Amino acid sequence: MKQPMELQRFEIRFSGLGGQGIITLGKVMGAGLALGHGYNVTQTQSYGPEARGGSSRCDLVVSSGRISFPKAESLDLLVALSQEACNAYYPYLKPGGVLVIESDIVKQPPTNHYLGLPFTQLAKDKVGIVQAMNTVVLGALTHLLPFTVQRVMRKSMEETLPAKIRAVNVKAFNLGHREAKKHFGESPEVWGVAPEE
Amino acid sequence: MARRKKKQEIFALGNEAVVEGALIAGCTFYGGYPITPSSEIMEIMASRLPAHEDGVFVQMEDEIASMGAVIGASLAGRKAMTATSGPGFSLMQEHLGYACMAEAPCVLVNVMRGGPSTGLPTSPAQGDVLQARWGTHGDHPIIVLSAADVQECLEMTIKAFNMAEKYRTPVILLIDEITAHTREKIELPNPGDYEIHSRVVPSMPPEWYKPYEETVRGVPPMPPIGSGYRFHVTGLTHDRNGYPTSRPDEVDELMQRMHRKIDQFFYDIQLTEETTCDDADVVVVAYGSVARSAEFAVQQARESGVKAGLLKLQTLFPYPRRAMEKLLAHARTLVVPEMNMGQISREVKRVNMGRASVRTINRVDGQIITPSEILKVIMQG
Repeated sequence: MKQPMELQRFEIRFSGLGGQGIITLGKVMGAGLALGHGYNVTQTQSYGPEARGGSSRCDLVVSSGRISFPKAESLDLLVALSQEACNAYYPYLKPGGVLVIESDIVKQPPTNHYLGLPFTQLAKDKVGIVQAMNTVVLGALTHLLPFTVQRVMRKSMEETLPAKIRAVNVKAFNLGHREAKKHFGESPEVWGVAPEE
Repeated sequence: MARRKKKQEIFALGNEAVVEGALIAGCTFYGGYPITPSSEIMEIMASRLPAHEDGVFVQMEDEIASMGAVIGASLAGRKAMTATSGPGFSLMQEHLGYACMAEAPCVLVNVMRGGPSTGLPTSPAQGDVLQARWGTHGDHPIIVLSAADVQECLEMTIKAFNMAEKYRTPVILLIDEITAHTREKIELPNPGDYEIHSRVVPSMPPEWYKPYEETVRGVPPMPPIGSGYRFHVTGLTHDRNGYPTSRPDEVDELMQRMHRKIDQFFYDIQLTEETTCDDADVVVVAYGSVARSAEFAVQQARESGVKAGLLKLQTLFPYPRRAMEKLLAHARTLVVPEMNMGQISREVKRVNMGRASVRTINRVDGQIITPSEILKVIMQG
């Protein structure tokens, strides 16, 4: 499909604990942006012995043009699903970048400019399984990012995931999208607008 | 005119792209032993090859045996490959030399991680560059290629197979952990998009066949074992019939031919890519994932008015000296960033012969060299 808007190196970092589905989230979103929306995307991840149980990280660089350096260095969007990750990566957020947190887990956000939802609780209460938390985040981000289209992202997600968990993830995706619309309001104007204006 | 079929796009790891490339090139044998960060190549091969018409996948007991299996498959007429990382690469050196001597075409992918020894299993490095060239003993010819991004992993794997088959030589493809574990959108080529080479098989009657005969190209035809052509394979220096010899004239003929077959096709083998090099004062010479950092740095330098360029090496050995010599007509400074203590920079200095000033950036802490580190050195001129 045609790219919804022109992008110059938009950098996203997903971070949290091993087991929260951070890498899957990055993979699904990366595939959605690359194959569904037609952007150039590079996805890199923390790769090491600490990946199990410890901290986990997954970076996406999204651009309309060619991406030279594949890693994220100054973030436009930081998704922190643990306090530790939030503390560690907040300094890499660029001025005007947006912080999204899991508001039940990240008790001490480093700034008052953040968007938070209790993603884990939402998944547990409304989807029924806590493992769908990452897809709730994906749904919320699809609402938040000005260059993602709900229909396209949902379709790529369905193509990437195995058949038996498809239905539950669609439910989680829609839930995330709905909750974000309700609590975050319309897609923030910060992207593309200088912070001091 | 028939509409060209739209290319299929996939979102894949560098390691996955290597497998796609190998299958496009016609690889039907994989013998290997898993080692991080190259394991995905083996993992995907294990699921893809058995589904292939006559694909064979074997997990061997170690890396020494893996390379042995690859040579055997190659002699039996298959396009064969293996993949490994630092410690496994060291074990493969012995049989790598055998493949050079027996002139068995094969592809060895080495996903470089931090060393020496078991080193940093999960971190990137570029420490095996000179090992790839000189790791096995004896004065052997070899081709070493590298890949910087995921699409290039696919393309260079195809080229590696092509070169192996054309020149009857092992080809080593060096990638690093970053390239191997980055996911990117790549286009899968349609059949026929790439030229695929296969080895030349003998056309004379079996009784006239001489396995290591001198030819114009320096590459003797190679029959698969069991096709009626009888030949003897040995690691010893051999004569035209393939039997051991120590007669100086025969030894010299063999050694000269083996080197000549690689050297004389420099225009086909020595691959590089230039970015804004035409009027560059400062040229960054880089390869692998560092070339991507360098590309970003060069672009930023151009934006601030510095005439910078990038020479990306796709072939590391034989060293593409002609591409560099051309740039030395106007380049005043060469910047060589590497994730090692300076391996390709030796080649750069050798070709440079004091003409431009050579600045090296070396990093051995298991982290990628960032664009800003390179930009800083470019701006210093």
